[in-house]
Amino acid sequence: MEMTGAEIVWESLMREGVDLVFGYPGGANLPIYDALSKYPQIHHVLPRHEQGAAHMADGYARATGKVGVAMATSGPGATNLVTGLATAMLDSSPIVCLTGQVPTPAIGYNAFQEADITGITLPITKHNYLVTSVDELAFSIREAFYIARSGRPGPVLIDLPKDVQTGVTDFQYPTDPIRLPGYRPVPAAMPQQIEEAQKLIRSAERPVILAGRGVLLSGACDEVVGIAEHTDTPVGLTLLGKGCFPENHPLCLGMMGMHGAGEANHAVQEADLLLAFGMRFDDRVTGNIATYAPKARKIHIDIDPSEINKSVEVDVGIAGDLKETLDLLQDGLEPLEHTPWLERIATWRAESTDRELLNQILDSPVLKAAEVVHDLWKLTGGEAITVTDVGQHQMWVAQYYEHSQRHALITSGGMGTMGFGLPAGIGAAMGRPDDDVWVVAGDGGFQMTMAELATAMQEKVNIKIALINNGYLGMVRQWQELFYEKRYNATPMLSPDFCALAAAFGVPAVRVEERGQIEPAVRRASAHDGGPFLIEFVVEQHDVVFPMVPAGADLHDMIRRPMNAHNQPKEN
Amino acid sequence: MTDRYTITAMVENRPGVLNRVVSIFRRPGLNLDSLTVGRTERPDVGRMTVVLEGTKRDAAHVERELRKLIHVIKVEDVNGTPHVCRDLALIKVKATQDTRSQILQMCGHYPARVVDVAMKSVLIEIAGEEHEIDGLTKLLQPFGIIEMVRAGVVAMGRAEHILDTHREQSSWAERRLRFSKAS
Repeated sequence: MEMTGAEIVWESLMREGVDLVFGYPGGANLPIYDALSKYPQIHHVLPRHEQGAAHMADGYARATGKVGVAMATSGPGATNLVTGLATAMLDSSPIVCLTGQVPTPAIGYNAFQEADITGITLPITKHNYLVTSVDELAFSIREAFYIARSGRPGPVLIDLPKDVQTGVTDFQYPTDPIRLPGYRPVPAAMPQQIEEAQKLIRSAERPVILAGRGVLLSGACDEVVGIAEHTDTPVGLTLLGKGCFPENHPLCLGMMGMHGAGEANHAVQEADLLLAFGMRFDDRVTGNIATYAPKARKIHIDIDPSEINKSVEVDVGIAGDLKETLDLLQDGLEPLEHTPWLERIATWRAESTDRELLNQILDSPVLKAAEVVHDLWKLTGGEAITVTDVGQHQMWVAQYYEHSQRHALITSGGMGTMGFGLPAGIGAAMGRPDDDVWVVAGDGGFQMTMAELATAMQEKVNIKIALINNGYLGMVRQWQELFYEKRYNATPMLSPDFCALAAAFGVPAVRVEERGQIEPAVRRASAHDGGPFLIEFVVEQHDVVFPMVPAGADLHDMIRRPMNAHNQPKEN
Repeated sequence: MTDRYTITAMVENRPGVLNRVVSIFRRPGLNLDSLTVGRTERPDVGRMTVVLEGTKRDAAHVERELRKLIHVIKVEDVNGTPHVCRDLALIKVKATQDTRSQILQMCGHYPARVVDVAMKSVLIEIAGEEHEIDGLTKLLQPFGIIEMVRAGVVAMGRAEHILDTHREQSSWAERRLRFSKAS
């Protein structure tokens, strides 16, 4: 059937199962938008900035496991996607971005709104395409979706010159198998490697499982619980691994790394065997790599072979799908017990409890961000999808919102993108309209993308926004306090009246400044339906996230919260 | 400690592949000592030889990232295996009645030949190992090298050391073939 390129775009998207697109029109993608009226099956969401479109697609993808789709026009529209693509890339999130481009004869001539977006995004996409002929269009879209969702997922960009959108060709969606000889998305573990890994597991006395986002992406949560219980092995989580292993499980150590739990970091440093599942030894997880887990043999299972032996040299590196590999690994392993090891971990855990902030807050007249998050966790039954921005509040969510639901924490881990929270929350809520979605953001990050409140209103998206306002770029201020002799340059922040601002968007909002106001506000937000609701929590300004491993320091070398912090008034 | 690493790669012959490969070196600021790209016996497959001056860690990083590229079919560091390396150079050197025979004589000791003779110069082609080209260049220097170009290193494993026996065609290449037949 004869069709224009613009029609082929929508036809192909529908065949890939797309019914929701986040996009922004402009000169170079107008033919695509013109053809949209023929496809009422597609719901199109207009963000207020293309960065929002990319984060929404990302949030949607992380919440649903499906590929998120974002669109933008050429030039500035396309370059505004860059941060969103980089964010999706580092967190292995499957999104497909379609950008308009100037007509093919004008490419390279600095035409109006021309940017070399395939060149620009080359290192921050899993792959990208410049479609130079309408005959290549359907084929490229299909391959793009395949690459985005297969193996280790990631973002793919397709650049569509205007003459390709208006060109006409016979449309037939390809059905033959996609052959890419250089792309083996799912490598297979070798039996010999499995045996070697089993040998190490049998002889270990102090094993620790490190579980990352790969566990969620592979659907291997049950397998990780299975092998942890079978071999009596405690489980530390990466930030993006949160939710893959129930945090109320006795074997759960909580999050590891820079702001990880003391017991998790001590356990890693004292372990004699690390079992790294679907994680990549990020520097925020390892601290100083030279002194990382010095006593441990290491087994690493990841779907991406390029992660094996990248940051940490391992004894057994297995490239393969985690779920399948863990099935093989557990098969033939007899049940194990590590009681002395778990008892040792319990002593580290007791120290954490002694230093626990929540045991200290009652003397504090000022609201603490951590208690807000803790209360939010309790009041939502721990079942909300929490979407965070980046900074101190993000770490407090990681520490105080126990995730036992899968795919329930959506956060920019690898890239640490401020401004991610609100748009990603909108995308997540649109992908899972029946779930409770809470966006937790700081006053800094929120102001980077707060225009998306308008999008949330226009789409009547059911999100609750917990805005944690401490009047500072809190995480940067924390570094200045600890490592730059309290020179608070460029971190104090004068913010608008957030409740009045929300009102201008038509978003109902309340301000919470006292402990007793938390519960009624959260209940009111939860009961609100048919659109966003914002709560501004005014919290202690000079709070610090503990524990903290200074950048590049040894993982066990944590700055802990002072035992008696609640008795000492803050100086600054 | 830096060393020279010779890496060969089999790639899909399609637009943008070279850019993706080079980007891997550019990102951490690694220097490409030599890079050659050329066709193979198959129209859909190209082959690259990359010489990297760097540490072992650099070489491992490059290999790992190359393998990750979707249009890169196979990658191998040939340093560990028996292999043949060749570079080719054209050298234009000043020559007079007096010096011409001397220059020609020198070339006789190298895998070189004269491909053009003019009143004031000769043009020499040399194809061989890098050290041979370096050697002849040094010898010719006193006569006055007017200009010189090197093609870059190509490498291939000996005997059964084969980069790849992969014979599958990509969907893209197959479509190209179909379209070119149709038109």
